Amino acid sequence: MKSKVLTRMGDGERIRMDVSRLKDEILKGSADAAEKAEVAPLNESDAAHLLDIVTEPERIVSVLPGEEVIVTDDGCSMSFYAGQESSGIGLPLSRLQAVLAYERVCGADSTSLGHSDYSYKPVKPIVNFEMNDYYTISTMTTAPFLYGAQPNMGLYFQPDGPCPNPSVLFSAGDIPGARQAQEDAAAQLEDDLIFVGRELAGVGCEGLNFDTAGSAGDAEFAAVLRAVTALKRAVPDLPIIMGAAGDFVIGMHGEMAFNGARIAGMYPHRQAAVVESAGADIFGLAVGTDTEQTVVWNIARTVTMLKAARKATTIPIHVNVGMGVGGVPMMEETPIDSVTRVSKALVQIGKADGL
Amino acid sequence: MGGIRTAGDLVAWMQLTRKMRIDEAKSYVAGKLGVDPIDLTDEEVMRPIREERGIGTITAISGSPKGIRAKQRTAALLEIPIRSVDLFHRQM
Repeated sequence: MKSKVLTRMGDGERIRMDVSRLKDEILKGSADAAEKAEVAPLNESDAAHLLDIVTEPERIVSVLPGEEVIVTDDGCSMSFYAGQESSGIGLPLSRLQAVLAYERVCGADSTSLGHSDYSYKPVKPIVNFEMNDYYTISTMTTAPFLYGAQPNMGLYFQPDGPCPNPSVLFSAGDIPGARQAQEDAAAQLEDDLIFVGRELAGVGCEGLNFDTAGSAGDAEFAAVLRAVTALKRAVPDLPIIMGAAGDFVIGMHGEMAFNGARIAGMYPHRQAAVVESAGADIFGLAVGTDTEQTVVWNIARTVTMLKAARKATTIPIHVNVGMGVGGVPMMEETPIDSVTRVSKALVQIGKADGL
Repeated sequence: MGGIRTAGDLVAWMQLTRKMRIDEAKSYVAGKLGVDPIDLTDEEVMRPIREERGIGTITAISGSPKGIRAKQRTAALLEIPIRSVDLFHRQM
């Protein structure tokens, strides 16, 4: 039993595996990434390095001094005052207090403000409220202070929004109608992202985070790319982080393109390239964790995709390592053994610029 | 990297405003501070530097710069635009 290594499944279940089986998991996870994304698998040296990381006996592992990377904020301060539904701890704190606590208690490299719904659509009617809060808090923060939310195009479809629901149209066999509904929603989303971005830029916004772009598919991803380009044209000095929703863009529309590149089916290396071409300053790479595979398999898969993305762009890549992404188990209270192994592998092998 | 406890905020600024990758950003910040990149996450090195430069410290020193005052110094130190600082200057 002692010869077996403690690890986990993608859903967090604690398991023990032989080293030979762990080697096999690394090769299989990397091969899956290589096959699906059409990129190179991990070489022998990287696979051996990853095996060293996942077999370290300590509960918490880390990089060497000098190898540390930036952690960009993704609504983290919201976890201070939000409820369990948002993985929050429910402290009775204002947004100002939460942001400053995150900066000064946790030593955060960046902080952010976001609407409780964490979507851009509901921000539009209350943007003045956000602008006032942002302005006030930005005079008190010292680390980079971002405004973040998700594009979340799903909110533009009925019954939540004005556009016909493409799922209903697809079910009825109305493919052209479903595509048109997505194009209409994408146009409204693009307008809203630009509107909110420009308004916040007017109060000295230090950076925007378009988080989880493409959650509703390729039309959403296209809308965010167009919004990034428009905002960079209007406010060139406004830093923008564009993060993806998953390891490939779902082709809900199927024919959306940006600068001639078809967006549906884009894996991280192609996402990174198109995000850079849109003008974004940092790309947030996201690879979903497969809960039916081991954490080791998932880490190998993520690192393989990250290495390919790293070669495809010159802008910094910050990898999403929240619950259920990047190889981190899909569970509310993520085990620190898995989180630190994922982080170390992404930095040392994948050469991530941040998390 | 430790945020304002060490130099995480400074490296983050370089990634955000100059699209620098991590090693380039660390080298740039270290060069501006006159330290080695490995020093950027060392509390023993960074604390007195932050205090001396007035770019904000993790603990609350009464009357020492934090917030927009510290960011103004950070922008000057790193020679980068920080949009909130630019607005602050325009309103002064």
